[in-house]
Amino acid sequence: MTDGFRAVRGGVSIRLDRDEAAVLRSMAGLVLELVEPPEGGGDPLEALVGLSGAADAPDAPEDPVLARLLPDAYGGDREASGEFRRYTEGDLRRHKRENAEAVISGLSGLGPDGGELVLDTGDAHAWLKALNDVRLALGTRLGVEEDGGETRVRADGPADRAALSVYEWLGGVQETLVQALMAER
Amino acid sequence: MGTAPAPVELERPEADEDVRPDKPWVTIVWNDPVNLMSYVTYVFQTVFGYSRAKAHKLMMDVHHKGRAVVSSGSREEMERDVSVLHTYGLWATLKHDE
Repeated sequence: MTDGFRAVRGGVSIRLDRDEAAVLRSMAGLVLELVEPPEGGGDPLEALVGLSGAADAPDAPEDPVLARLLPDAYGGDREASGEFRRYTEGDLRRHKRENAEAVISGLSGLGPDGGELVLDTGDAHAWLKALNDVRLALGTRLGVEEDGGETRVRADGPADRAALSVYEWLGGVQETLVQALMAER
Repeated sequence: MGTAPAPVELERPEADEDVRPDKPWVTIVWNDPVNLMSYVTYVFQTVFGYSRAKAHKLMMDVHHKGRAVVSSGSREEMERDVSVLHTYGLWATLKHDE
């Protein structure tokens, strides 16, 4: 079981076994799938200049997980949020995709049985955001709530319990990454 | 850390001065059951260049009061702040401060 991240010269390091690396890889893959541009989001030129091409500004995604990853910028102002989303959502999706890809590419440097991974500060930040995106996705799906300082979840099937244990493990790993980065400041 | 040179925090208004008549837009961060408290503090330090103490206080405000004004300025500046906070997964919105 990993001890999590620690600060090293110029960045952070973590020792991961094979199973832990596999969990991280599949979770990063989950974020990649989530932030893929919507089907038929078509015109390459429009994609290039960052416009959705839709006549109307888009609403927040219906999927609560995606809506949490790509939130409205103006609380209570649907029109302004839509307009903002139209110009920025593509960049936000791309940013999240690149962070998840940084995790997958970092893990590919590990041997088949795992080992030690050293990340420079830039990659460490990509990992930090990607781990957070995974936790937001799992936490939203599980219905994580705060209840007087205690964390509770609404969902309670066998698959939910597995997801919850991944969620909690990732929280511990992310905490060590934050501490390692704060130590570096 | 390259992203947060220390002098930046000196150029930022203190929390008490955040809401000023000539700075009519504000960025608000809302409480969220998923984001770690240490992470939220770290994001405020990194994104705004706030001191550890100020970042921690803002995080505690978010946690206990449900939200906190974390920056103020022009609409364009606040849209930029909200965009950056969204890359970190914080639940941030902007509004005109009336």
